[in-house]
Amino acid sequence: MRTEVRLSRTQRSLESLHSGKDMSIAYNFAYLNEAIKREIRRKILKAIAIPGYQVAYASPEIPIARGWGTGGLQITLSLIGPGDCLKVIDQGCDDSVNAVNLRRFISMMTGCETTTETPKATLIQTRHRVPDTPLRPGQILVFQVPIPEPLREVEPRDQITRRMHAEGDYGLMWVKLYEETVLWGRVTVGARYPVLVHGRYIMDPSPIPRWDIPKLDRSEALLLFGAGREKRLYAVPPYTSVEPLTFEDVPFTVENQVGKACELCGSTNSFLDEIPADDGVTSTWICSDTDYCSRRRLQDPRVKRLSLRMRKPTEVGGA
Amino acid sequence: MGVKCESPPVLKVQNLGKIYGPGCPNCVGLTGPEHGRNVCPKCLSIVAFYGISLELFEAEVLGIVGESGSGKSSLLKCLHLDEEPWCGSVYHKEVGNGERDLFACSAQQKRAIRNKLFGVVYQSPEVGLRMGLTAGANIAEPLLLTNKNKPNFRAVRSRILHLFHQVELPIGRVDDPIRSFSGGMQQRVQIAKALACNPSVLLLDEPTSGLDVSVQASVLDLIRRIQWDTGLPIVIVSHDLGVIRLLTQRTLVMRLGRVVEAGLTDQILSDPQHPYTQQLVASALT
Repeated sequence: MRTEVRLSRTQRSLESLHSGKDMSIAYNFAYLNEAIKREIRRKILKAIAIPGYQVAYASPEIPIARGWGTGGLQITLSLIGPGDCLKVIDQGCDDSVNAVNLRRFISMMTGCETTTETPKATLIQTRHRVPDTPLRPGQILVFQVPIPEPLREVEPRDQITRRMHAEGDYGLMWVKLYEETVLWGRVTVGARYPVLVHGRYIMDPSPIPRWDIPKLDRSEALLLFGAGREKRLYAVPPYTSVEPLTFEDVPFTVENQVGKACELCGSTNSFLDEIPADDGVTSTWICSDTDYCSRRRLQDPRVKRLSLRMRKPTEVGGA
Repeated sequence: MGVKCESPPVLKVQNLGKIYGPGCPNCVGLTGPEHGRNVCPKCLSIVAFYGISLELFEAEVLGIVGESGSGKSSLLKCLHLDEEPWCGSVYHKEVGNGERDLFACSAQQKRAIRNKLFGVVYQSPEVGLRMGLTAGANIAEPLLLTNKNKPNFRAVRSRILHLFHQVELPIGRVDDPIRSFSGGMQQRVQIAKALACNPSVLLLDEPTSGLDVSVQASVLDLIRRIQWDTGLPIVIVSHDLGVIRLLTQRTLVMRLGRVVEAGLTDQILSDPQHPYTQQLVASALT
């Protein structure tokens, strides 16, 4: 699928900048070459075959810095095809700089359709959130992962943590949970709550809030996790069990949002971001998932009127 | 061994040997007390110990005594499956009816055996405990080594408090960092950790060597009381003949990686046969 047209470098970059869907660029479809894509796809297949297991992969160079979503981007680029519809979110928001840049880069390199609507997308790349609109079968959610190793906090040596995973030796992780429960009465992990996948491997779900953890359990969409800097990828196939690590008698809890509702759409069952007011004392709350929020407002005329008074949907976001 | 027992031994060790280094066919023949060295002159490997056979019976305390470098701690590490031996085998009566060599087990099985069947106390608390954690969390670790069932927090907690009480530590300090404990108290926490999973064998590696005399006495007292109460078989490694005399019924004397004398502790201490044992007994401060 190589579409090569002889153009000067300047012409080429100008061309690609101005025409999102124009394929007249001297890059391979989806930027990565076919050999690299095949390597990543093979590793993804292995990851799917062993749910929660971290598979090492090559993590090739791409034109963004490691630690800025390279793992997710490599997975997306190796999977995307001409018929796909892409959505990229950064902490639930479609409009943040990171999400916009990644979306434009991918669409420039593939000519694929992009969207902000969760149900419409076939491939969703995300940083630190799971969309609040339930995913459907056939969708793929690609997470950008900063630290793939859930045991790193209790054991800094990778050589040892790999052996701990191999032997299912998770006592130290439980000791950490024990100690937090003793000292604070509960587990104090905010994001990156460790989960047990398919009853076998402890997995880092990337820094999603606890609110999103139950959505991973028996998810209908395929969940892929890429850590470009650490050169690891892992997967949760559809309908696989994902349980947060908890003691039998100390239940897992999500963020407490009792009495709070989205200022824009009035939602109480989506994850909310805090917007501190100028007085420095009070705060308001808005949906972290901008697509969920704006579609709710479009669907409900009563809510829409309310919201128009406040802000335009596109301005909502990045808290 | 001179002792005959009706029930099968809890632990049976056959011809166990450990060589650090490449090892060669001459290693065994050219080392040992009769050659006065434990380094093979041909390949420069260190023969930590060789040809060790022993049986440990129910409710028995077996002592291993010898100078530093005689291989006694290496032997204990091998018994705890921390290190692979060069030759020989170890059998436990609860693993495959006492007929399965523990070293033939997989890494997972070995870990399970280590956690369930053995309790170990090291000379230095830094080795046996995690200094960054609280005392309770250290004891909790063997209790929480599970990925099959969700552990129950209250059950784990009450077991920890029970063990804390059993080793005579103040309950109020259970959530203090282990760093803030004195040496003797850290040894007690190690003992509590070793007992957490109700092991069938307790391995003690110089448990009191780093302590001052009065604390030493109280920790030895605790070990003896636990042994009387539970009838737990113990292997204790020490260079201190006082400890051996106080705790053990049978003793192996090791020198340069070989057992030079074995038998009832009373006999060995009152009537030593081997010149090295005689020297050892004569130089004891009593």
